[in-house]
Amino acid sequence: MTTAAPQTLERMLPTEWRDFFTLTKPRVMTLVIFTAICGVLAAPGHIHPVLGFTAILAISMGAGGSAALNHWWEADLDAGMKRTMNRPLPGGRMRLDDARDFGIFLSAVSVGLMGLAIGWLAAGLLLGAIIYYAVIYTMWLKPRTPQNIVIGGGAGAFPPLIGWVAVTGDITAMPLLLFAIIFFWTPPHFWALALFVQSDYAKVGIPMLPVVAGEKVTRRQIMIYTVLLTPIAIAPWAIGGTGWIYGSVAVVLSALFLLLALPVGSRTKTADDKMLPEKRLFKYSIVYLFVLFAALVADRVAAYQGWMA
Amino acid sequence: MTPEEEREFTRRRKARNWVVAGTLLFFVVLFYAITIVRIGDPG
Repeated sequence: MTTAAPQTLERMLPTEWRDFFTLTKPRVMTLVIFTAICGVLAAPGHIHPVLGFTAILAISMGAGGSAALNHWWEADLDAGMKRTMNRPLPGGRMRLDDARDFGIFLSAVSVGLMGLAIGWLAAGLLLGAIIYYAVIYTMWLKPRTPQNIVIGGGAGAFPPLIGWVAVTGDITAMPLLLFAIIFFWTPPHFWALALFVQSDYAKVGIPMLPVVAGEKVTRRQIMIYTVLLTPIAIAPWAIGGTGWIYGSVAVVLSALFLLLALPVGSRTKTADDKMLPEKRLFKYSIVYLFVLFAALVADRVAAYQGWMA
Repeated sequence: MTPEEEREFTRRRKARNWVVAGTLLFFVVLFYAITIVRIGDPG
């Protein structure tokens, strides 16, 4: 994409601030911010709006910092893939060390901010999430196992847990269930996408499940994780952590998830396949998570206002 | 550096400086607000 001439020119110039912003993966951040806000709002107890904002800011900065470290570590892989070859590092618009330092700085500030403003349990969890994503996932397991999506899902599952703990100050069953929901949601969400999007992960040696184990195994795994997700999504209501608003939404949404996963799990691709069931499942999975977490907040608000008898 | 490169260099440095200044200002205000809230917090 980038020719040699502008690349040498770019190397002499200071990096644009927008490229630093790109390192934080702003699009992934929207989900992080949304689930973190839901964790803060759904937790029982009160947090001052300024502190609630600070907690969400710290979580977002931690996510941004670990994303920058991910860019730094995978710069050579990104250079080999069409989707990522124009990122700031493989595009030659930023020095490798700058990305690393930016990531470490952002992560350190996020943990310090959380510790000072909110508390050290939430800060410790945030540090754990950063290390989990940047080190355990990115550096260690992603290039080694086709279950990498499952492990990566763990990283995405931290924000609502940390948001909740920022309010309550302790870890109970409810925030752990929120963690588990995103953890089990990620594999069917991502593998549905992987089935219909031609990626070149194989080219750079990342063992994605559809490539390594084949389509049939991937479809079965989608089914397994969807079945596991259903009781976990309903559990917050079943253990009495929420009211009927969340409970009914969770039951309906999960039933629909199962219904849409069924054809994906059982069929095989034909020649000239449009992959409609897979596309439908992928799109629905996004709606599923947003509505489920919104219902969690609506449930808490309704209980707080005394609307639920 | 050619004059065009120099102009581009200055433009980028300036833009970055503004972003850093804005971020610092934001954190000054945020820390002030956090301090006020936590002082008023009986817990």
